[in-house]
Amino acid sequence: MTPDINFGFGLSKSSRINLDNADNEKFRELAAREPDILKCMACGSCAASCSAGNFTELNLRKIILMLTRGAEKETVRQLESCMFCGKCILVCPRGINTRHLIKSIREIYCRPCAEPETGNGI
Amino acid sequence: MEDRIPGGYDNFVIPFLAGMAFILAYCIAKLIGIIMHMPSDDRKKLLLSLVNPRIIAKNIADIFSDCLLHVKIFRKNPKLGYMHMSIAFGWFMLIVIGHMEVAEFMPEKLHTFYYPIFFNYFVLKTADSGTALAVYEFLMDFFLLMVLSGVGIAVFKRFRSSIVGMKRTTRPLTRDRIAMYALWAIFPLRLIAEASVAGTGGGGFLAMSIYKAISPLMPESANVLPIWWAYSISLGIFFFMLPYSRYMHIPTEAVLIMFRNAGIRATNAETGFSLLEQYSCSTCGMCIDACPMTNIAEGEKNASVYFIRNLRYGGGKSSTKSIANACLMCNKCVAACPVGINSCELKRRYRSADYDGMPARQYGFVPSMETHPATIGNTAGNPCMEDHGNRISASYAIAGTKGQSRGVDSKPHKTASCKQNEDNVYNKKAIYFSGCMTQLTPSVSRSMERIFKAAGIDYSYMDRDGGLCCGRPLMLAGNDRDAASLIEKNTGIIETSGAEILVLSCPICYKVFKENYRLGNIRIMHHTEYINGLIESGRIKIRRTDEKLAYHDPCELGRGCGIYDEPRKIISAAGHLAEASENRESSICCGGSLGSITLTYDQRSKVTQAALESLACGSPDRIVTACPLCLKTFGTYSALPVEDIAFTVARSLEN
Repeated sequence: MTPDINFGFGLSKSSRINLDNADNEKFRELAAREPDILKCMACGSCAASCSAGNFTELNLRKIILMLTRGAEKETVRQLESCMFCGKCILVCPRGINTRHLIKSIREIYCRPCAEPETGNGI
Repeated sequence: MEDRIPGGYDNFVIPFLAGMAFILAYCIAKLIGIIMHMPSDDRKKLLLSLVNPRIIAKNIADIFSDCLLHVKIFRKNPKLGYMHMSIAFGWFMLIVIGHMEVAEFMPEKLHTFYYPIFFNYFVLKTADSGTALAVYEFLMDFFLLMVLSGVGIAVFKRFRSSIVGMKRTTRPLTRDRIAMYALWAIFPLRLIAEASVAGTGGGGFLAMSIYKAISPLMPESANVLPIWWAYSISLGIFFFMLPYSRYMHIPTEAVLIMFRNAGIRATNAETGFSLLEQYSCSTCGMCIDACPMTNIAEGEKNASVYFIRNLRYGGGKSSTKSIANACLMCNKCVAACPVGINSCELKRRYRSADYDGMPARQYGFVPSMETHPATIGNTAGNPCMEDHGNRISASYAIAGTKGQSRGVDSKPHKTASCKQNEDNVYNKKAIYFSGCMTQLTPSVSRSMERIFKAAGIDYSYMDRDGGLCCGRPLMLAGNDRDAASLIEKNTGIIETSGAEILVLSCPICYKVFKENYRLGNIRIMHHTEYINGLIESGRIKIRRTDEKLAYHDPCELGRGCGIYDEPRKIISAAGHLAEASENRESSICCGGSLGSITLTYDQRSKVTQAALESLACGSPDRIVTACPLCLKTFGTYSALPVEDIAFTVARSLEN
């Protein structure tokens, strides 16, 4: 039997997070600002309807889960493709103001790594 | 006619002169500051407007109708309009006629600022002045009576605002109260002062009759000076309080009109033109009744008037921000504002401060032009054909190949009734952009496709398999920089498509495409305009039923882009139009607006209920709207069926 037969599945990379080492400082700040984040039941409606999620890995359900576990690097990268279109608010069964949540996440997690402004106005 | 007082001067004119000098100096200094803070392009526009006869004529007409006659308020509320007109126009005429009177009889005194104001005190009128004097005196008393009637209504309104039809009115600040009491005092004091000297200074029907009533009680040597001092002091206090109170709008509004007619708009929330807008707000509070947030508990404090007041007096930063972020950006307050202050734009600019220092987003995942379904067959040699990065996801590549078979759906077939002139836009290739929201309400895009096919339009569907956002939601949140990136990507796709008409079914997209995209000769149409054109040119035929249809004016389509008639024509062609109690410019936001960043689910539902109540007024069978976001929001709460206007047309199609 050749060892490189592709069965269509395999071992996935470990996604284990060491909660003892996780730094939850920022998440506590976020939860104080956005208490609604604790209401999320991870149904994934936001991710399913997401305009940007159609093309990229942006997944708000995953972002919320990852943030609760202190994994923030990936979330910052994913949120770069959010277009703020607001579909996720309309579909959220828990009535979470997802747009404001995304804005707060970016403000808390992205600001320190801010680059000098290069954009142009309209 | 001669001087009664030797030298024509008395110390009581000092408070008036000091106040006048102060306010003139203040206004000039502020005006220079505002002009210095404007972008240099705007300064150029202003300069050009001052020599353009068309703009000069418009300035004069606008200043006359808005600052003096208050036509806009008259149209909305005649009683309130009369109150403003009587004080503004009456006072203006008193000043003008007062100066004309002095110019006629004592021209050598015209150079002293105070003489025309206190004319009756200084002058000794003799009988030889003839009918001209009588006419002047009549006019002066007539306009004083007009002002007094306005002040009377204003005093009464303070205690019962319902008398002028306002449910709510602004809470005045202490500084406003001081200026207001001084203003109320000016005109009664003027009347009493003039009546007290009517024996020597003359007077019309008003002053003279009061003089005749009180003169038997007055000794010959009565000292009338205190009353003239009081009149002058009340004028002085009013002038000194102007920059610190709501009454600053009196000198500012005319300047605002000139700047606006020159094409200048706010570029930020705090300096330059926006300062002019802040000063021009008279805090009349007409925006409070207009604001849909008054339906929410304590929502009244979010009215635009309080935002502008916070900006102007530097009120708490957190409360300014919370008002700016709560606003639904429905523009109802802008439509209601008698001064035409674009408070929603100020709030949008205020929001943009939140993005300072944030990394700019590039949206590099945009599908490449080769694979975009909308651009198939039009890609050769186009300068827009660049690979916008390698981050295109696999899912899109599949969508792209699927799109190839759909790219060209149907060839246009010309019907007999179709006009053959080259202006007929319906023979041209169309590109349909449904927008993000329509993906949540697929009935809209399916209806549009049925209509396109029934009319035999050659069209491509730009975001059938998902697309980029138009950029408007980011702009509403104040993030123009990231929106610019989306606008650039979408522009590239549309230009490459080779279409000549861009059809949009979402008013949010429509507004940004109209205002911020540079698409050259490509005509941008909302689907209400497009469908109405199809019906009028006979490209599609629809059945008319007896159903009563209430039409909801979406904020961005109505107030945002001025489209009110096309949807109504379509509805009248499909059934009976039942107007909402608050329609057109006063249409209530559906509550789902992307403009608000902070309103919660429950707060929004209160706004939705108010809009639905207004729509139910004509007891319709269905509610029709022209915005996927309104459709989605109403759908959750409405007891009546809600549908998009495209759906109404598609289900009534005969061909």
